[in-house]
Amino acid sequence: MTALLEMRGIGKSFPGVRALNRVDLRVEKGEIHAICGENGAGKSTLMKVLSGVYPHGSYEGEIAYDGRTMAFRGIRDSEAEGIIIIHQELALVPLLSIAENIFLGNEVATRGVINWPLAFQRTEALLRKVGLSEAPTTPVEKLGVGKQQLVEIAKALAKDVKLLILDEPTAALQENDSQKLLDLLLELKAHGVTAIIISHKLNEIRRIADRVTVLRDGSTVSTLAREDVSEERIIRDMVGRDMAHRYPERTPQIGKVLMEVRGWNVGHADQPRQMIRDAGFSVRRGEIVGIAGLMGSGRTELAMSLFGRSYGRYLSGEATIDGKPADLSSVSRAIEAGLAYVTEDRKVLGLILDEPITSNISLANLAGVASGWVLGKGRENKVAEEYRRALNIRTPGVHQRVVNLSGGNQQKVVLSKWLFTDPQVLILDEPTRGIDVGAKYEIYAIMNELAAQGRGIVMISSEMPELLGMCDRIYVMNEGRIIGELSREEASQERIMGLIIRDGNVNREHAA
Amino acid sequence: MTSAINTLRVQLGGNLRENGMMLALLAIVFFFLVVVRAVQDVDFLSAQNITNLFLQNSYVIIMALGMLLVIVAGHIDLSVGSVAAFTGAVAGTLTVYAGWPVYAVIPTVLVVGALIGAAQGYWIAFWRIPSFIVTLAGMLVFRGLTLWLLAGQNIGPFPRAFQSLSTGFIPDIFGVDRPNVTALVIVVLAIAGLVWRSLKSRNQDIAFGMEVGSSAMFWLRNCLIAVALLFVGWKLASFRGLPNVLIVMSVLIAAYSFFTNQTTTGRRIYAVGGNEKAARLSGIKTERLVFLTFVNMGVLASLAGMIVTARLNSATPKAGVGFELDVIAAVFIGGASMSGGSGKVVGVVVGALIMGIMNNGMSIMGIGIDYQQVIKGLVLLLAVIFDVYNKNKQG
Repeated sequence: MTALLEMRGIGKSFPGVRALNRVDLRVEKGEIHAICGENGAGKSTLMKVLSGVYPHGSYEGEIAYDGRTMAFRGIRDSEAEGIIIIHQELALVPLLSIAENIFLGNEVATRGVINWPLAFQRTEALLRKVGLSEAPTTPVEKLGVGKQQLVEIAKALAKDVKLLILDEPTAALQENDSQKLLDLLLELKAHGVTAIIISHKLNEIRRIADRVTVLRDGSTVSTLAREDVSEERIIRDMVGRDMAHRYPERTPQIGKVLMEVRGWNVGHADQPRQMIRDAGFSVRRGEIVGIAGLMGSGRTELAMSLFGRSYGRYLSGEATIDGKPADLSSVSRAIEAGLAYVTEDRKVLGLILDEPITSNISLANLAGVASGWVLGKGRENKVAEEYRRALNIRTPGVHQRVVNLSGGNQQKVVLSKWLFTDPQVLILDEPTRGIDVGAKYEIYAIMNELAAQGRGIVMISSEMPELLGMCDRIYVMNEGRIIGELSREEASQERIMGLIIRDGNVNREHAA
Repeated sequence: MTSAINTLRVQLGGNLRENGMMLALLAIVFFFLVVVRAVQDVDFLSAQNITNLFLQNSYVIIMALGMLLVIVAGHIDLSVGSVAAFTGAVAGTLTVYAGWPVYAVIPTVLVVGALIGAAQGYWIAFWRIPSFIVTLAGMLVFRGLTLWLLAGQNIGPFPRAFQSLSTGFIPDIFGVDRPNVTALVIVVLAIAGLVWRSLKSRNQDIAFGMEVGSSAMFWLRNCLIAVALLFVGWKLASFRGLPNVLIVMSVLIAAYSFFTNQTTTGRRIYAVGGNEKAARLSGIKTERLVFLTFVNMGVLASLAGMIVTARLNSATPKAGVGFELDVIAAVFIGGASMSGGSGKVVGVVVGALIMGIMNNGMSIMGIGIDYQQVIKGLVLLLAVIFDVYNKNKQG
């Protein structure tokens, strides 16, 4: 085999941080090469070095590509060589059409005049390759995230890609979209496209990758061939220690009913559609309850509509906490009633990124660090310091701005913020999304600890193994309704999917 | 270059922005001191000119305090110049035509300002109409209402009591008068208060394990500030004492500094500008806060309107033209972020002083209004470029 890409001894420093120490990466021609590592291990930085985002001279080491030593000065240089990177945050212009996006900056034009018929023709050919049947004139914003991802790949193909780099391509995708994407990668591989895929998801790595390189703290730890890949091995290399169990031990001590929701109906914010129908569920003290469902099944909408009517139009329904009717009509009242909602989108909805840890933690309970109207900065610091220690937030200090923390540590800051409101019931929406294996374990341990204190936990998650591993009971949602309830013993991935699929069939029959 | 900046950053006590601004202010003053003497043989730091500087710039600083909150909350207010003119006209009408006494006029006009702020803030906060549009409309509406109310005429003159709002001075209760001992006592007390507060906050920062500059740097900075204030105080005392408007302005600066740093409401405004959605999901009533920042802006604009009217001793349809630009420029030179969520009172005051001193110095030098505008524009641009450059270096 010949190497398409060889990166040797790559090092990169930022003021105060050594992001890459000594990374070696060898990618063979025609393989799918996975890169894993905890957040902050240097995966994205490495890919930015490779694609020329950090120009030659700003890093140490050398890059050999196709047998030649490369000195990229920018993205254009690397794209000219057929190295295309698809970032986690997609770089599509929502209001432009698929065709316009695919040829953006690379227009099918003679002397600045675009040849639209030819552009559409080529777009159609590219879309077929990635398995999309949309018209080339469709605005990208009309597509779901999964299809947008495919458009990105079509865009890469338009640029005559030789080495395709995907940064966590399935992070925002549902199960079946992920499968489609992985299939497409295998197909591209058959056509000779080499790919590097950055991923946290070990099952998908095992499915498509020929070899895996594990990074830790800015250095290469190991490169494993497919046969040697096992979950335990990769996790050990990633975190630098063995992980006996994926989910921490817990002996549930379940008390009486803490929160109960009955007949909850919610309409869409500005359309006549009803989004949540007659939903009801309960949580007991010390219990961890899961809500499973596909994306778009209304889990987040249910949670946010409960939390101070932050989603949609309230139609009807009631909630009790500790047997008493709970006033959830505004966020501040919901907080007062003892409810907390930890969002799935911590950067957009959970944190003020430019502010330090201290003021993020105190945000939902400023009264707790103030005397009357006047803030007690000393108290605020003490509180932040306590949570830093209790939740093991890894940071040089509590005055660090949150934007500088890794995903797992940011999540702990959001959790701290809500713990500081001393909630009875916590709704955690995708609490481990986008965070690495080690931090996940810590989040699970925190959840167990909270349950042990007699609080009620509601966990919304798209990762079924996580729900099965953590929850005492699981509700299944579909199309805005709760369609089933499974005990820990009854629950399995098959049963949950079965409920959802059968429910879909029933609805279709009704409609017909 | 980078390492030089980094060293500088450490040297300046981890607070490059604020200390850098003060150094820039000092440099500009020094520049004018030398050049004005050389070119016009005038003392730039004469008692009279220092007094003038405060009289000319107080209203910009007062409005910039309100504008800081508006900008921190993620909005903008283009109407402040027109609102100041309109409220000045209202004050003129009430005083000159209706013969109201000053103690009735001032609160009435402040309420009018609050109502104007509420009227604009209502659409911005509760209807989510972009503040740029609402206040652009306000700028036209209140300029037009000013012309209408004044029927295109100037109104004046004003009774002495109203004029003293801008041109009055604190009398010497010790009866010495030259120098004005009261002024000196107030200045010394103010300096003591300032040093005590910054020492307290430094000790607090150390106790929290925050990065602070060297203690030599701290004392150097405080000594420089103290000397500068003493010098200004002495000059003012040896002339006519402290202008009333300086007292009003100082009290407001102290109050807003406290409000933004130490109160829950202040903190919440920063949160709204930093991430409105996260703030709302944390139980903060974001709409109400945005509404209140505009009410506050209206009150301060009306106060500024009365001060300008008192200074000119007439309410004129042309009052306050272009004020909004000076005020907004001062806030951005002072380091506030365009996207909201950051900005400090100290920065805004220094930013406004830089603009004011440049206006004054260039006028004394006899530089034409054409070049003045060019230079001010470039200073604004440079200050913001400096900010962005710095932020990129850190990130």
